[in-house]
Parts: sequence; C-alpha cells; structure tokens
Amino acid sequence: MTLDVHAQTVGEGGWVGISIPRVEDAALLAGRGRFIDDLGMPPGTLHAAILRSPHAHATIESIRTDAARAMPGVAAILTGTELRALTTSLVVGVKAPVECWPMAIDRVRYVGEPVAVAVATDRYLAEDALDAIEVSYAPLPAVVAPLDALRDGAPLLHEGFPGNIASDRSFSYGDPDGAFASAPHRIGVDVDYPRNACTPIETYGVVAEYDPALDAYDVLANFQGPFSIHAVIARALRVPGNRLRLRTPPDSGGSFGVKQGIFPYIVLIAVAARLAGRPVKWIEDRMEHLAGAVSATNRVTRLQAAVAEDGRILALDWDQIEDCGAHLRAPEPATLYRMHGNMTGAYAIRNLRIRNRVVVTNKLPTGLNRGFGGPQIYFPLERLISRIAATLGLDPLAVVRRNLVPADAFPYRTATGALLDSGDYRAALDVALRDGDHESLLARRAAARVEGRLYGIGYAAVVEPSVSNMGYITTVLTAAERRRAGPKNGAQATATITLDPVGSVSVHVASVPQGQGHRTVLSQVVADVFGLRPSDIRVVTELDTAKDAWSIASGNYASRFAPAVAGAAQIAATRLRERLARIAAAQLNARADELVFSAGKVFSPGNPGNAIPFTRLAATGHWAPATLPEEVEQSLRETVFWTPPQLDAPNDADEVNSSLCHGFIFDFCGVEVDRDTGEIRLDRYVTMHDCGRILHPGMVAGQITGGFAHALGAALLEEQSYAPDGSLLTGTLADYLIPTAREVPEPVILHYETPSPFTPLGAKGVGEGNTMSTPVCIANAVADALGLADIRLPLLPSRLSEALHGAEPQPPHHEARPPQATQGERTLFGRGRASVDATPEQLWAMLLDPALLARVVPGADNVRRESDTRFRAEVTLGIGPVRGRYRAEIALSDLDPPRAVTLSGSVDGALGFGRGRGRLRLVPVGQARTELTYDYEAAVGGKIASIGGRLLDGAARVVIGQFFESLAVQASGRRPSLWRRLLRLFRRRA
Amino acid sequence: MKPARFAYQRAATTEHVLEALHRSGGEARVIAGGQSLVPMLNMRLARPALLVDIMHVAALSHVDDDGARLIIGAGVRQRDLEMRHDTAARQPLLAMALPWLGHVQTRSRGTVCGSIAHADPSAELPLVLTALRGEVHLRSRRRARRLPAEAFFTGMMVTARAEDELIEAVSVPAVRPGTGYAFREISRRHGDFAIAAFAAVADEKELRLAIGGVAETPKARVLPTDQGLDDALDTFAWNLEARDDLHASARYRRELVRRIGREVVLAAIRDREARALKEAT
Repeated sequence: MTLDVHAQTVGEGGWVGISIPRVEDAALLAGRGRFIDDLGMPPGTLHAAILRSPHAHATIESIRTDAARAMPGVAAILTGTELRALTTSLVVGVKAPVECWPMAIDRVRYVGEPVAVAVATDRYLAEDALDAIEVSYAPLPAVVAPLDALRDGAPLLHEGFPGNIASDRSFSYGDPDGAFASAPHRIGVDVDYPRNACTPIETYGVVAEYDPALDAYDVLANFQGPFSIHAVIARALRVPGNRLRLRTPPDSGGSFGVKQGIFPYIVLIAVAARLAGRPVKWIEDRMEHLAGAVSATNRVTRLQAAVAEDGRILALDWDQIEDCGAHLRAPEPATLYRMHGNMTGAYAIRNLRIRNRVVVTNKLPTGLNRGFGGPQIYFPLERLISRIAATLGLDPLAVVRRNLVPADAFPYRTATGALLDSGDYRAALDVALRDGDHESLLARRAAARVEGRLYGIGYAAVVEPSVSNMGYITTVLTAAERRRAGPKNGAQATATITLDPVGSVSVHVASVPQGQGHRTVLSQVVADVFGLRPSDIRVVTELDTAKDAWSIASGNYASRFAPAVAGAAQIAATRLRERLARIAAAQLNARADELVFSAGKVFSPGNPGNAIPFTRLAATGHWAPATLPEEVEQSLRETVFWTPPQLDAPNDADEVNSSLCHGFIFDFCGVEVDRDTGEIRLDRYVTMHDCGRILHPGMVAGQITGGFAHALGAALLEEQSYAPDGSLLTGTLADYLIPTAREVPEPVILHYETPSPFTPLGAKGVGEGNTMSTPVCIANAVADALGLADIRLPLLPSRLSEALHGAEPQPPHHEARPPQATQGERTLFGRGRASVDATPEQLWAMLLDPALLARVVPGADNVRRESDTRFRAEVTLGIGPVRGRYRAEIALSDLDPPRAVTLSGSVDGALGFGRGRGRLRLVPVGQARTELTYDYEAAVGGKIASIGGRLLDGAARVVIGQFFESLAVQASGRRPSLWRRLLRLFRRRA
Repeated sequence: MKPARFAYQRAATTEHVLEALHRSGGEARVIAGGQSLVPMLNMRLARPALLVDIMHVAALSHVDDDGARLIIGAGVRQRDLEMRHDTAARQPLLAMALPWLGHVQTRSRGTVCGSIAHADPSAELPLVLTALRGEVHLRSRRRARRLPAEAFFTGMMVTARAEDELIEAVSVPAVRPGTGYAFREISRRHGDFAIAAFAAVADEKELRLAIGGVAETPKARVLPTDQGLDDALDTFAWNLEARDDLHASARYRRELVRRIGREVVLAAIRDREARALKEAT
C-alpha cells in the first residue's frame, strides 16, 4: 500500500480525493490516544469482575455469595435475582414469548454467560471475590450444531422457541418453480459456514453511574452504535431515554461491529453501579472477550440453482439455517436479513425461493461483525458459480460474465427489492483481469501443474452493500406483523458545523469512529466547501446523547461513513456557506450565488482583489448579529439530518431495499498447496473495487487491506470452536488464531469508479467487502488446486490432508491400538491394570473407609462420609504448573464385594469441572495378591477446557492414574518403591 | 485476568533461591522470564504463595563452554543465546531452533531453562534437549543431580523436578566433528505451538530423530539410514500416539512424521556431509 501524501502541494480546494496525513495519527503514534481505560474516572469509582458459566447448559440451583460479600474491599455482589428486580428483559428481535437477560437468571445457556458480578475497590479484589462465590449447577444436555438443534428431541434452550426455532420464513420472487421445472440443469452446494469474530485490539469498557435523585444513569462506553440500541438499554433499565446519558470516549481501538455487542454489559454494569451506590468501571479482559463478547453467525446453507446450458442461472433456491447462539439479541436475526435485497449478488437472476430459519444453540450469542451476513451468502453463491463451471465444463469467468447485471440496467432493481445504485460490472471485471495480469496467473498455474505442483486459481464477484436501511430487519416479520408494528425505514445521518467568535470551524458528527480516520476525511470535505485547509477544521467525533444531535441510525456500522455521514457534513457545510455568502454579498455588493470561497477568502470572481477573510465573515454572526440580512437568521451553527429517500420499508411482497449503496468487487487469486504439509501459500491476490467516489485513497486502501486481513483469518485460521458438549475450545489467542503481519500478503488493489447517484459525495461503503469476497475466492482457488467439490473453512492443512494423502495405511500390526478419544469429543476413555500385594478383601475394606479414601484421592482433605457409599471431599489437584481447589463427590455403586465396584466421581472448581465413572475389578492371584483392573470414562470441561485444552486431557489422565496408583500404594502399605515403578506402567496404559 | 495474591522475593544468590524453595513446602515458584508463568498467574491457573525471582542471581546468568558442553544457566534469556556470537558454531541445532521460539518479544524475556521447566510438549527447547541427549542440572538444599532430558520430561508440562529443586542449568553437547543437524517445525502461524517439530542429529554411528508436539513429551528414536527408514518412521508415527486437537488431527500429525520426518533426517545427513567437506578443506 502506498500513501500519496502531497497535501503540501495542493494549494486550495480539491482536498477530497487525496491522501492527506491522518489527523488522528499524531496522537495514536505517540501513545496519546484517549481510550476508555486511559480516561480519568469519577472519585470513588469501583471495579467490577464477572463470574461466568463454565457450563454450556445448566440449571443454576443456588448461588452462595455470603463469603464473597464478607471479603475486604467488596462493595456489592450482583446476581440474577437483583438483576431481575431492577431491570426488564432486553427486547428480542422476533415476536416470541422469550426473555433475554444480560446475565443468567436461573439457567445458563453458553460457556461464558455472566452468572454474577463482583464489585470491589479494585479489580484484583473483585476477582478474589469471584473465587468465593459458590454456584451449584445441574448440567443439562447441550446442543451445539444448528442441524442438531432442529432434530426431534434436541435439548430445548427456550420454551418460547419450540424446536429451537426462533423464526422460519419462506419467500418467493418471480417464478422459481417454473424455472426449476424447465431448466436443463440443477446444480447445488451445501455449505457449513463456520463461526468467527473480528477481535478488536481494545476490548469492551464501561463506566456507569446511577443518580438516585433523578433516577438516571450516566454511562461511558466504547459502544459503536447503532444508537437504536440506546432505546433497548433504556427500556431494560426501566428509565425513559432522557434518563440514560450514553457517552463514548474520544478513541476506540477497533470494533468492526463487535462493540455493538457491549450493550448487555452496559445494562449489567449500570445495575451494578446502582446497587453499589458508586460509579463502577469494567474493562473486559481478553479471555472474557473470546468467551463472552459477540460472534458472527455460523450458518448451514443449501443453495440450488436452475441453470441453462450456457451457464445462465435461471433461478436460485436458498435454504439457510442461521445459528444465533444462545439468545436472540438485538438486532439479530439481522445478519440473515441485511443481505436480503442482494441475495442474487452481482447477478441478474429474476426467480428466487428463500427459506430462512433462525435457530438457537448453546453458544455465544451473535451480533455485528465486519461483513455482517455477506460472508455467509457469498460463500455458497460463489462456490455455486465455481461448481456450475466445473459441472458444465465452462470457464468460471464465462459463467460470471454471463450472469452479471448488465451496465445499461443501473439503477437495477433486484428480484428481492434492492436498488443497485451504479456500476459497470463487466468493465470492472475486464480491467481487473488486464491490470491484475490474469494471463500470467494462468501461465503460472500451467507451469506448476507440469511440474506436478498443486496450484489453483479462484474467483469471486460480489456486491458490497452499505448504509443499511433501518427497516430491513423487519423483513423477518410477516407483512401483517409489520403493519401492526408500524413502518421502520431510513438511515438518518447527522452532522453539525459550528463557527466560533474567531471564525474557526468545528464539525461534529455522530459517527463514533473506532480508528477509521473520520476526522481526517471530514476536515477534507468541509475544507473544500469553505475554501479552507483541512488543518483549519476541528472535528469532534465523541458522542454524548444528552447534548449532541443523533438518531437511532447514528454510529459506526454498515460502512455508512463515506456515503452517509461525510455527505451529511458536506450538506451542513454547504448550507452554512450559503448563509455566509448572503452576509458577504451585502458587504461585497455582489450576488451571493456567484461568490467564491477559496484560500481562506471570500470574493466575487469578477473582483478577486476585494475579498473578505473567511474568519472575519464567519465571526460576524457572533459579533454583529444585528447586521445579518434578515433571511440569514443566524450563521453560528448548522445541523443537518439527512436520510436517503430510496430506503423504504419492506413492501407487502417482502421486497426490501436493504441498503442504499452497492459497491462491486471482483477478486481473483492464485494459491499453491504443499503436497506434504497441506500448507497454503497465497501466490497473488487481486481485488478490484468499485466503491463509488474515493474520498481518501490511503484510507480506502487501509479499509481494503484490513478487510482482506480479516477475510484471510476467516479463510485460513479462525474458527470459534465448541466441543459437542458446548465447551469453548478457543478461549485464548493461542487457540483462536488471528492473522498477524507475517500471514497477510499485500493484495493488488484496483479501482473502477462509478459514483453513487444516491449519496451526496458519490461515495459508497468500502469497509467490509473483502470479508465477503476473499474467503470464497481463496476457497475456490484451493478447490481448483486439489480438484475438490466440497470445501470447508477455515482451510486447515490438517483437513486438506485427507484429500492430499488418501486413505492412511493400517498401523504395523504390533502397533495396533484401540481408538483414542479425541479432544473434540471431550470424553476420555482409559484402562489400566496392576497387581497389588493385598487380598481383594483388604482392598475392598479400603474403598469403604473415608480415612483411607482421603489418602487415595489425590490431594484430598476433609473427606466426609455422606452414606456408606457416598463421600464428599475438598481436593487440591495440581498438574504441572496448574493447581486448583475443587469440591469432589465420590460414590460407589453396583457393589459386588469383593470382586467389582463402580466408582463415580465429580469435581467442581474455579478452573473447571470433571465427571467420570470407572469399573474396578479385583481378581485374587495366589494367597495375598490381587490383580486389579479398571476402565473409565471421564468428561472434563470449564475454564481450563477453554484455555488449556491440550493440557486438560493429559491432566485428567494423570489424576485418574494417581488415584489408582495411590489405591495400590495404600493397599500394599509397605513397598512404595514398587509402586513408584508401577506409576510408569499406569501412565503408559492409562 | 488478575493474579491471586502472592509474595515476591528477589533472590541474590543461588542459596537464597534454594532456601526459599525449601521453606515454602511446594508453595513457591521460581520466576525467570515469566513468559509462561505470568499468563498462568493472570488466568489463576497457577496460584503460588511465593514467587522467587532468580534474574538477579549472577551465578545463574551465563553460558559456560567447557569444550565438550554448553552449560546454559537458569538466567540466560533465549534471545541472548540466539544472539550470542558462537552459538551456531558451538551447537548448530540450538541456533536452528531458537528463531522458532515464540516471537522476538517473548524470546527477549523468556529464558532457556524456563522453557525446559515449563515442559510444554510442543516447545522447541525441550525437543532440542531431547535430540541432543542434553541434561537438566537440578539443585536443592539436599542434593545436586543431573537428569537426561528423557528422564526429566515425564508428561505434558510435568517433569521430574522435585518441589524444592531449582533448574540451575541445562547442558547440551557441543558440536562434534562428523555430525549433521536439521530442524523443522510445522505450526499454523509462525510462533504458534508446534503441530509437529523435528530435530535430527546424524553422525557416523547413528541417525537420531526427535519429535515434539505429537506425544506428551518430546520423543527420540534412532532410525536406520537404509531402505528401512520409511517403515521405521511409520512405526515411530504410530508409537507417538498422536491425538486430535483443534489445530490438527492425529492422522495429519502421523503424516507429518512420515513425510517431514523423512525430509528432516535427510537434511541432517546432507548437513553432515556439508560439514565434513568444510572440515576437510
């Protein structure tokens, strides 16, 4: 990426379109950014820590907080009981009798769900208090995969969502039945799109305060919008909107959508502040973020196409099963409906069937993430194009060309209702192939294949929507439900320009940037309007709902800044300039509409020598308001609320213009796959963008490169993984792998500009497109390299190994071993044997004696006999460096004295839980020896499963081994050295 | 992610360290570079009552070269060894492996002996120590002893170190004439835990391959150099009892042992020949 910095050489005007240095960077590069955790806090601010569920699904039987409340420095403990008393459930996006609380009330539904909040004088003490809270859970079966959630008899998450289905809607546009009946080919793909998240470098942060005198909350949070959520938070806190002041800090360290998902935590911390009677601060840590922030949706899709001989797509049939995790949080199921207008992508396809089901599972709830719904539809759609080409023996490019929306059709109304604003897709594609040197890529593939190397080329063509219609989500409702609820539509942007008494210009917008550089671009836009330099313009972007102009559409999402917010600022500046021109016209004895604002002066083109300095003119409204021409009223401040007329509410035919702008992207790439390791090397990646008018080329390149990096992560590395029992397996950045600078090659970025006719500046959004195009482009290339029809993300070398290496030969005979449980199953199996210098009767007596049991259970003390066959104990277990204290229960059953017994055990503690049962058999050998054999199965989970899964299985084996080892040691009573040696035997066999 | 309360002691001499370990009854942990221990403290996975900081003990902070061995003290940081002028000349395998440890930032803090003490089965230094038949030098108030690598690593993050013992140093044999070395690691990103890591040593007598990241500890085998190599690698692959995890299947790991294991032993043989040529000229 090269940054064209030629600001100094540009004399006047024309700032928009060049890459001036970002005004944000001086502070950020010097470490002077003002992020939420950098800001001073009100005196007496307390700190919160959150206790989170180790279980994917369980009933909370009891929460004991007395010990935690009694700890020094602890001010309050908040549980579901207090939360329910002080708040109302968060609204749910579909009509269903379902509640959605920011913290579990009586049941947990995903690992990481908040269960209690401790508030103390510092975070250390708050976390100490969490250790002292005792929660008793009764585990329930969990459901993780969306298809499993739909099965008969699947564990039910919410009574109000029968069959775990939150929504099931079917749509039809054109004549899909006719098209499928008459088409010569029916070609389809099945896709299981994985879960991932955008992982901003700065996590969530909230500082909340409650004023009991006013019954009002004051919240500072690095929330990103949309501010429709302000209404959701106020409702949950049971206050009118004017009693919830929500402010954002000056800087925010990335969001990509994710910081929309902070709102349940705003409610939680606000209530904690109310309970504690003092301000409360909470900064989310990275482990909390990975387990409990927000994820993109995973989706199971079957996409079928009716296809003509020449590759033309006559109809599409979408069947989408969207997995929103454990709760349907606002604005979900928006991920599914954001793309509703452009379910045909860049193609002119008139006939569609769509079935959209939304299911809930025992996983982290979903929300906004860069690309929001795009990756999930373009992966099937562009895999389908590739499959059509392979099936019909066509060049994939020919299939793309044959189906693209033609240039003369814009603005083009899609079958599902989107109005594609502008574009010339075929021309953009041709320029991309030419300037991206597609020919050389074909030559590289041919040469590689001659040498026996695995090289493939992939393509993707997508439409990138931006500026969301606030009404698109209501497509999830039926037309009748929408009529009852009243219309929702539009995408209001606000901007305020202020002139001060020395005539300098300030801009305020409600765009809540999270690092993008909004301040720089607005200074360019406004400088151009007033004939000033960008450095003359001060831009403020932090938002205070109590003071600033904002609307529900305010915020930083749906790539709306350049098309909507920057445009609103330009309109506001232009209106203020018109007022100033009228004032100047009187002074210059000229016509207002002919005046020129340039180089800090205002003058008539016929008489440039007679100029008024801009600052003096701008100050007039302060110093001499009585001199203003009557129709000017004031010249101090202009606030603009802009909404595009094209964004109507969905109509009765369920057609919706879901977004205002539609950029076009055409990508292609070459990859090579290593035959031995399955490692993927991206040889070249070319990405062509039509994002309308480019306001700042450097920032556009930055957005594309950033989106590309996120997409590369989704394609190759990232998946938020859950075991079948719902344990989170990617609880740290050692397991949730995000690309670093080393893994991200530089893409070739090309542009083809067709300005949007619907936005003030002609700009379209560009922030998300590559997250939609790149994953499938890379997958198409890898599929081409390996000749695969089915391919799943992320493209793990280990997964490709099956295709690369064929069936694995059997192990050499003497090495044959029973199959091992995999970590994914989260169940361990093992067996072992030993011969012990004791009789079966002696061994048997031990098993029923708490005192002896205390010596046998590793790390146990305080063993209490609950009944003849049931014991409780406190145990300290340590494996290597990991040490924790647990509550243990041991029960004996199926007693067959003195021959066999079943031992069941469970442990629960801060680090996790484990349950297991094993059958122990005692067979006498000679006079005083016993052959002891055991087999067991055990399941382990919780915190340690999320952060040290590798360690966990080994640890459980060691603990179980230790148990039987010490059983043998205790039984023999006299020859520990022998048992030391046996330990090795146990470990090897167990 | 804040640690539970602990006491901190900065030791000035080895004796202070040993005394603190002796008195603590297993509740103390040595802290050196802190690159594994501090995250475990913050996650409250480890909750020692006392941390004994050994980075100010002068006696532990240097590398000794007695001609036959490099003896690397407990305070020697990974980056120091990597940047030392003669590490590559004195033990090429160490120099090959060091750039693969985490990242420059973690190597700049992390110590060689700390990685050995942590005994992560995917870590490079335990693998190198195993491949080279290195030794771990343990000392307590009671005794001093040396354990061969394979006896020291007893399980995943579990070692033969007693609670009151300090890893005073590790030692590896210095380069020997007529010996070749090779190292390779397969991981998902550079700096990640190895899916499989390979270290091979080839001399006139034997061809030795050690593999990390697959079994619960690094494992080494002497392999034949003739056409029996593939069968021996296959047997080795199955013997390691690989498991599936998030990042790789057991089967993929076996494939890597067969394919990359072969590449790495051949690379070690080529390295031996190249060194022999260099020694001859």
